Amino acid sequence: MGSDFEGFRRPGAFMAPRISSFADFLAGYAPDLLPGAAAHRSPATGAEGAPWAPAGGGGALTDLPHATTIVAATFDGGVVMAGDRRATAGNMISKRDVEKVFRSDEFSAIAIAGTASVGLEFVRLFQVELEHYEKMEGRALSLEGKANRLATMIRGNIAAAMQGLIAVPLFAGYDEDTGQGRIYSYDVAGGPYEEFRFHSIGSGSIFARGSMKKLYRDGQSAQDVVRACVQALYDAADDDSATGGPDLTRQIFPMVAVVNGDGYNRLSDAEAAEVARSVVDERMQSPDGPKAPLE
Amino acid sequence: MSMPFYVSPEQVMKDKADYARKGIARGRSGVVIQYGGGILFVAPNPSRALHKISEIYDRIAFAAVGRYNEYENLRKAGVTYADVTGYQFDRRDVTARGIANWYAQQLGTIFTESTKPFEVEIIVAEVGENVDADQIYRITFDGSVADEHGFAAIGGQADQVATALKERYSADMSLTEALAAALAALAAPGNGEDMAVGQLEVAVLDRTRTHRTFRRLQGARLEELLREIRPASSGSGSPAGAGASGGALAAADDDDAAIGPSAPDDGNPTPGTSTDPG
Repeated sequence: MGSDFEGFRRPGAFMAPRISSFADFLAGYAPDLLPGAAAHRSPATGAEGAPWAPAGGGGALTDLPHATTIVAATFDGGVVMAGDRRATAGNMISKRDVEKVFRSDEFSAIAIAGTASVGLEFVRLFQVELEHYEKMEGRALSLEGKANRLATMIRGNIAAAMQGLIAVPLFAGYDEDTGQGRIYSYDVAGGPYEEFRFHSIGSGSIFARGSMKKLYRDGQSAQDVVRACVQALYDAADDDSATGGPDLTRQIFPMVAVVNGDGYNRLSDAEAAEVARSVVDERMQSPDGPKAPLE
Repeated sequence: MSMPFYVSPEQVMKDKADYARKGIARGRSGVVIQYGGGILFVAPNPSRALHKISEIYDRIAFAAVGRYNEYENLRKAGVTYADVTGYQFDRRDVTARGIANWYAQQLGTIFTESTKPFEVEIIVAEVGENVDADQIYRITFDGSVADEHGFAAIGGQADQVATALKERYSADMSLTEALAAALAALAAPGNGEDMAVGQLEVAVLDRTRTHRTFRRLQGARLEELLREIRPASSGSGSPAGAGASGGALAAADDDDAAIGPSAPDDGNPTPGTSTDPG
């Protein structure tokens, strides 16, 4: 790894002509700063000598904090993204108020499921990546451009993912060209896969998606979509131990972001609390939530 | 008889400096001026796409004059330097001082080591929590750094423009007043005459904004600001208009009285003369 310092860490690297990608620059200039860099250093199979390496392929890595369920759904002119607040380490709850939904730039949001530390690094790198391009080129990337960049970054983490440091994002944004909200999902090898209407990721995603199927309607208002997402998160928390429901005693409620033509807007704690409380109140009468008509 | 010519290092440096100055003098000057709500950047620029003023980081902006390809290269390097620093540590750890020093190193090295120096003069400014925390650094082609207070001018006519700016600058001006002062100073003799809306590049670092404070003022917003300035200034001799006749400086005095001539003396318009190589 001597080349990091001798070959690349020269001041001239900043002045060399290149494409406007921050992640690409970092890969040449300081690859150890990229997410999952540690995994590249040790052989993917043995990982001997790495202090965090799993003994016999289990143990340590699975006990790292994991972030769980994310739901996103479009409405006319934008998109809603919501996440629960729980992080788990094995069978323990490691954090009750973790934030998994982030502003990636003015018109997009990113959320992470999987190993929390790797996910946070991804988010940080992705935020800088988008801003870097915007500053270098004087214009923001197209929404597809952002989604494709994220895919490349995920693929770069595949060695770490093979060792268990898996983080998968969900990306959603407002497409300034069409005036619509769009959702992109990924797997550990990259993507993106464009999702229509709604999508969910994370351990509780199966339950959340089932719930969204019954609650989502085309042409719903932004408020209704926010409510549907919070309902879906409630259903995910109901059946998945790693997903946290609204915590009324500690005043911790799902995190909700709305992205539309006005930009990224995170619902305030009070606004999120209001939606979550009314969902909880409703479940007091009907624990399984709203009943969808049979026909 | 086959002795190579001996050229003294002094002569080499002087020739390089003259070369760079001549290149910079071909372009029109730009100014940076503090106002109550932040820092204002103004530069005559007929292009809407090839910017002289740009964002570097959350609270830091960049202004340059000279050869476009050279300062554009420096701008991109500065953005990269800032983004790497901010990513590695924290966004608050990116400072104008660090970037100015980095530019000084680069320009100093280029000046001494390459045959052709960069024909650029740049300003790096950072908006602080309050007016006292604002920072303005002017970096010249040879890597000299000057720590400016209140205002700064760059370009071929920087001295005349800075003198005109000094007369009109006062602490805690409004945005309109600062823009009026900047336009009047830019109309100083020798810096060209016409300054239509389409010929101006105007941007601010807005203290009141969070996260990214850099904003370009263009289109309707700029026209509105100019309308506020021009009726007032046309009464006192139209400093921003056709003012090459020597009447511009006189008009500058008139406007000064209107704005309040309490220019602090700490603004140092004379260029930093240290050409200490390396």
